[in-house]
Amino acid sequence: MADRVFMKGTEAIAEAATRAGCRFFAGYPITPQNEIPEYFARRMPEVGGTFVQGESEVASVNMLYGAASTGIRAMSSSSSCGISLYSEGVSYCASARIPMVYVNVQRGGPGIGAIQPAQQDYLQATKASGNGGFRMIVFAPSTVQECVDMTYEAFDLAFRDENPVLVLTDGVMGTMMEPVVLPPMKSDEELKELRDAYKHRAIIGHPLGQQAYCRPGSVGTGQEEVNKEAVKLYATWDKDIRVEEYMMEDAEIVFAAYGISARISRAVIKELRAQGVKAGMIRPITISPFPYETFKNLDFNRVKGILDVEMSIPAQMRWDLDYAIQGACPIKECLRSGGQLLTNDQVMKAAQELIKEVL
Amino acid sequence: MAEEKKVYSRTKGIIDGAVSGFCPGCMHSTIHKLIGEAAEDLGKLDKLVRVEGVGCCGLGQFYVTCDETIAAHGRACAVATGIKRSSPDSLIYTYQGDGDLAAIGLAETMSAANRGENFTVIFVNNGIYGMTGGQMAPTTLLGMKATTAPQGRKAEEHGYPMHMCEILNQLTAPYYLERVSCDTPQNVIKTRNAIKKAFQYQLEGKGFSMVEIVTSCPTNWGLSTLDSLDFLRDKMFTEYPLGVYRDKGAEK
Repeated sequence: MADRVFMKGTEAIAEAATRAGCRFFAGYPITPQNEIPEYFARRMPEVGGTFVQGESEVASVNMLYGAASTGIRAMSSSSSCGISLYSEGVSYCASARIPMVYVNVQRGGPGIGAIQPAQQDYLQATKASGNGGFRMIVFAPSTVQECVDMTYEAFDLAFRDENPVLVLTDGVMGTMMEPVVLPPMKSDEELKELRDAYKHRAIIGHPLGQQAYCRPGSVGTGQEEVNKEAVKLYATWDKDIRVEEYMMEDAEIVFAAYGISARISRAVIKELRAQGVKAGMIRPITISPFPYETFKNLDFNRVKGILDVEMSIPAQMRWDLDYAIQGACPIKECLRSGGQLLTNDQVMKAAQELIKEVL
Repeated sequence: MAEEKKVYSRTKGIIDGAVSGFCPGCMHSTIHKLIGEAAEDLGKLDKLVRVEGVGCCGLGQFYVTCDETIAAHGRACAVATGIKRSSPDSLIYTYQGDGDLAAIGLAETMSAANRGENFTVIFVNNGIYGMTGGQMAPTTLLGMKATTAPQGRKAEEHGYPMHMCEILNQLTAPYYLERVSCDTPQNVIKTRNAIKKAFQYQLEGKGFSMVEIVTSCPTNWGLSTLDSLDFLRDKMFTEYPLGVYRDKGAEK
């Protein structure tokens, strides 16, 4: 029977990772995600895993790069300005095609920003998490249950693609508690099998003539081939696009929101529906790959306007929305940032302004 | 007639027929040979993992037969921490130059040493950035010219050379720290023994060890190979005295 428990977002992520077979965690303290490393510090010894408190985010992500190159399921987490320091190691993992998972519990930025929740790292997460133009699958959960499910699945995708996977959440979901159903604990036998399957390329030592190497770059002209291989991988991700369409059957006003902003939007949409307004929402669940087609294929004879709801100033997902709909209908922004949370009232007010303009 | 017996052959730690690519007079290729021989002596070539820094050491990546990973500049000790903690049976060494280990990677080096991580650091100190073309390193001697210190290193502007064996010797955890060189046959043998001892300690689970090898860089010092050896002995060994700085195994 599945375990149903009441858990905080950060701790639920750590437990889900443990159940997915994560046996190495390195991280550095930063608010608002400290409960993740703290949970791992307690939990890893119980399951024969390793927790290391790195001397910095830079060191932690490079420990992750080393650990993951041995074929172990490895993870790290940080927040916004800490994630900036991860760029180096994430880029190395992407270049050398090392499977690993990391979590960004976003706070306000840029710079040290605010320690309170925000969605200020969208463009960094989806477009440039490090140098070199690599891409990753990026999950954007909007409930603690989704944090659990996506963290659990992230390891499978990381190993399937031999590429990093990012779970992009925020300080609200990280610190709030919700009931969750925890996934099954992978057995030691399963984990051994998974690790054995990776053995040929694991950096652990091999008999003469079977050398394994992890090269995050190439001498000479080889890098172009590496980059072409990566593009072939990215081209397979259409099947991995996930998106929720909420009350979209007859929607004339479409909310576009991910993560925590989608929860707030959902409540406002219910209110609008009660008032007789045909409102709905498209919620990207993977923000990379982004569900461009879902927006592009909207019936713009019916859809009169899009409300982009984000806890970021300036708007960031707006770039993807513009790219998807190419001016087919007006887009209005409803934004807060720097740790100021969106309220239902504010989103309702923005929706009503949009309705006045387009309906 | 006496029976012929093979007494020496190239280490299997180096790819058969491979040419190193290091400059003439540089000691990197000798050190690579010694690492291979030490691992072979211990019967652990199949467990050997090289964590390569960034710099001239990068030329080693197509030269060695063991598993290897390339760390970001300065991060070798962090990467080695991740590997060793996840694969404790592997015999792991980082291979780093002075810029990599003592400048950009100082935090990673100090912290790994302070945690007593159970791997071996091979630190090649030639007092200059080689691969990028002769810039000033933390270990550049006072008065020594570099492309980024064209008038020579000045204490008041650049500070003083850093002594990594002595600095790490301030920490409690490191198990073995020795500074050696490869300028004479005797010193080559000492280096070989030091590397082997460090590997042996790692196999025994003793913790952090570093073998610092003071070498020459004729290309970026702007000296002939023979003059480089004179400079090495006259100047480098004065600033960086050879010897054992810490050997917890010998204290017992």
